[in-house]
Amino acid sequence: MTPVPFTPSMLPAVVPELLLAALALIVIITDLSQPRPGAVGSEQLAIRRRSLGIVTAVGFGLILFVSLLTSLPAVSEAPIFGGMLRHDLMAFIFRLMFLFAGAVTALISTDSPVIGRQGEYYVVLVSAVLGMNLMAMSADLIMLYLAIETSSIALYALAGFLREDAKSAEAGMKYFLFGAFTSTVMLYGFSLLYGFTGQTGLYAVGQALNASGLSAGPLLALFLVLAGLGFKISAVPFHFWAPDVYEGAPTPITAFLSVASKAAGFAVLVRVLWAAFPGQETFWIQLLAALAAVTMSVGNLIALAQRNIKRLLAYSSIAQAGYILVGLSAFSTDGMAATLYYLGIYTITNLAAFGAIVLVSRVTGSDEIADYSGLSRRAPGLALVLLVALLSLGGIPPLAGFFAKFYVFTAAINSGLVWLVVVGIINSIIGLYYYLYVLKVIYLGAPKDEAATYPVPRPYAFALWLCAVGVLLVGFVISPFVNIAVAAASSWF
Amino acid sequence: MTFPILSVITFTPLVAGLLILMLPAERKNEARVTALAAAAFTTALALFAYFSFDPNGPRFQFVEGPYQWVPQLGITYHMAADGLGLPMILLTALVLLTGVMISWNVEDRTREFMAFFLFLSVGVFGVFAAQDLFLFFFLLEIAVFPKYLMIVMWGWPKTREYGAMKLTLYLFIASVVALIGVLWLYALSPVKTFNLLWLEEAMRAGGFDRTLNLFGANVPAQHVWFPLIFFGFAIMGAIFPLHSWAPDGHVAAPTAISMMLAGVEMKVGMYAAFRVGITLLPEGAAFWSPVIVLFGLINVVYAAYIALIQRDFKYIIGFSSVSHMGLVMMGFATLSREGFIGAGLQMFSHGIMTAIFFAIVGMVYDRAHTRNIPELGGLAQKMPWAATGFIIGGFTSMGMPGFSGFVAEIPIYMGLWKASTPEGAIFATAPWYFQLMAIIAVISIVVTAAYILRAVQRVFFGELPAKFAHEVGDVSVLDKIAIAILSGWMILLGVYPVIMYPMVTAGITPTLRLFVP
Repeated sequence: MTPVPFTPSMLPAVVPELLLAALALIVIITDLSQPRPGAVGSEQLAIRRRSLGIVTAVGFGLILFVSLLTSLPAVSEAPIFGGMLRHDLMAFIFRLMFLFAGAVTALISTDSPVIGRQGEYYVVLVSAVLGMNLMAMSADLIMLYLAIETSSIALYALAGFLREDAKSAEAGMKYFLFGAFTSTVMLYGFSLLYGFTGQTGLYAVGQALNASGLSAGPLLALFLVLAGLGFKISAVPFHFWAPDVYEGAPTPITAFLSVASKAAGFAVLVRVLWAAFPGQETFWIQLLAALAAVTMSVGNLIALAQRNIKRLLAYSSIAQAGYILVGLSAFSTDGMAATLYYLGIYTITNLAAFGAIVLVSRVTGSDEIADYSGLSRRAPGLALVLLVALLSLGGIPPLAGFFAKFYVFTAAINSGLVWLVVVGIINSIIGLYYYLYVLKVIYLGAPKDEAATYPVPRPYAFALWLCAVGVLLVGFVISPFVNIAVAAASSWF
Repeated sequence: MTFPILSVITFTPLVAGLLILMLPAERKNEARVTALAAAAFTTALALFAYFSFDPNGPRFQFVEGPYQWVPQLGITYHMAADGLGLPMILLTALVLLTGVMISWNVEDRTREFMAFFLFLSVGVFGVFAAQDLFLFFFLLEIAVFPKYLMIVMWGWPKTREYGAMKLTLYLFIASVVALIGVLWLYALSPVKTFNLLWLEEAMRAGGFDRTLNLFGANVPAQHVWFPLIFFGFAIMGAIFPLHSWAPDGHVAAPTAISMMLAGVEMKVGMYAAFRVGITLLPEGAAFWSPVIVLFGLINVVYAAYIALIQRDFKYIIGFSSVSHMGLVMMGFATLSREGFIGAGLQMFSHGIMTAIFFAIVGMVYDRAHTRNIPELGGLAQKMPWAATGFIIGGFTSMGMPGFSGFVAEIPIYMGLWKASTPEGAIFATAPWYFQLMAIIAVISIVVTAAYILRAVQRVFFGELPAKFAHEVGDVSVLDKIAIAILSGWMILLGVYPVIMYPMVTAGITPTLRLFVP
């Protein structure tokens, strides 16, 4: 593969990333330009400090908007920057998801104690998004590894950001150890790929492997890379970190981890499998299908036993990764489109759920499901958002989760994976049980504290309504989104 | 563009429910009146549609669409009423109206009760009009949460959490088992669409006459798809052995929800089993018919015997409704004209009958505060309207001439008597197999009579316990109107079956032609 020389015409493709770097600087400057604690009254400080989160969120929003104007990929995709990156519609959609998740995470962080008022927190968040954007675009082993580490190291820091809190510190440490381990495993896989083919470009690796056939060496590399990515998407059996980290990390970061980090993992998974191992799909499709079945079943079954809402959603998000893998194992345009659609819906839905949880735990100081008892009487709005989010995760119409599941299963069954759909549908039944259980507590239970009020600051209200209305609307207005997903998926087949 | 009457019927309760939720919580009367107005409006529209349906006209009337919804997957928005769906829409409207009336005294969170009751009916109305399978499942699953929430919040405190979860999960299992069958059929169908009519065309052109390779054996695809779809939906109709959710769930539910779930939601299952299962997969239906008739018979006999030994008044009705659903299954299994017509009429008759039973059980419980039969007695003195309504329902249940039960059950028995096992069925049967089933089913009417008469005698006649003499009052005016509406339909259909017979005949004829040229 001949290197592609740099031309200025490649710059528009990376406008979002350039702007993200600029946003990180702006956040630092905003932070520095504000008076230190002690200089003014604490209440005044709190209000002004909220501006950091809002600056970050508005920044993400603007970048999202600008990138739609400047960086929409051309129909004929081309490698850019010497083949390091690839600018295609699929990667572009993933980048929009990351930006959206970043914006919502910043909004629901604004009033969080400790993290919400630290400039560093938002800067690290921005760099995590920057890394993820590059993950979605990378088409070269070296670039890919750098991008993964950029986002991972930022996420380790974010998970452990509450230094005073033992659980958060533990979460950060655990996440780091697991992450570092799987990342080295993956790096070993990358080095094997390079060793066997002499190429670093993913597509060049694919061509070389196609010519030589899949022997034991590249097979080992495939397994090692899958292990690393399985960690990112929290697929069973690489999921053990997820519940502990989700429980311990600051809740806005849990939200971010559960959607953006997972979506980034899927973006890389698709790129690596499709670009570096073409022609061997009959083998790795079966691997993906098995992974999907195990992930769904284990995630859902363990979720049944959870009594902590963050752990419950952790296992639920493991299970959701399984449904998404069902779409990938269909190995068809529809399957890939369904995967994209599902990921998009899942991103909005999970953000809504975690946003509501942030607000509830601010008041109750607890994440136990029992403490959600009677929430519908004390905070009907928050209860409604949880209702919408959980039913959408459970796949109940008219919410968007219904069509997402329907689409994934349709695509899988079209590819002849009847057994996998049966497993998936049995899992949706199990899933419905625990989502309904939480809703029962929220709607039926008597409030523990009759006088409790649940204030909803404006940035939170905006973020929650945005997500909840999105989940509801996309449940009816399906066709345009399917069109986009199909357009992005069709170039891969 | 013509007036989209079916969409208006379906979505009026949705709009009304949202309006009710916007009221302040303490404005209970406004919530009740809005719900009643919406129910009355939909009932009026349903009656209008019912009486302007022309049985000699086209198969589908009041057609809306098909409009493209998700063209990428062949999903359309397509509403239309045929001769089988329209009586069901009328039934839903009547149960909605009477359900609002008898729930007038709900004081606990009245606003939410009325709103969610209306939301529940949206899904039920819609499924009888939907001519697209995606739309069908979409509307069907919309009802999942309202029914769960209503049982859990307003149900019988002793069993509501158990009953609600059991009922919701069983109904969800039923629909997703059917969904597997539908998706499988879609994947291998020559036309990529979920539109029922286009799928039917594909079926007529032989599109589903293919074989599947299962575990190394070649099996006709219809033999595999049919049980998924038919038995999947039939779980919603409480087919043996997956029937136990129905009594538990319906007893746990508040009265109006019991009426809606037992009266109409069970019919959704059997309607879909017929409309999707038998109509799209006739070869599969012929293959499985001896099994369906056997399961239907077990429903009829087994549930009747269990009803006989219940001490809880509401459980008698719960098992009685399971027992009578068996007749619908048997009627469909005959694959004959009489059986289909009888089953179609029985669905309506059973819905009205079950609704009035549950309504009266609710009235008795609200006043006597017990449903334990040994403690009850002589209530006819206190509430003559309720007693009369229950006796009319009882006569219908026993299949007495002059009531709708007779009109519905006689054709089913005739169909069974005439039926013979189709060629290529799952197992060869003796020539008298269906006739034997008919004989056993007819004899079981005695059991039905026994438990109905026992309930009537123990609850409404005999000595009035002293503690009820002053506490228990008569039912309210709205209750009386509800009883009158429901019993009126049972008698009307019983003495003047022509009011529904031609319509149901028109509804089942296209399916019948697949079996009897």
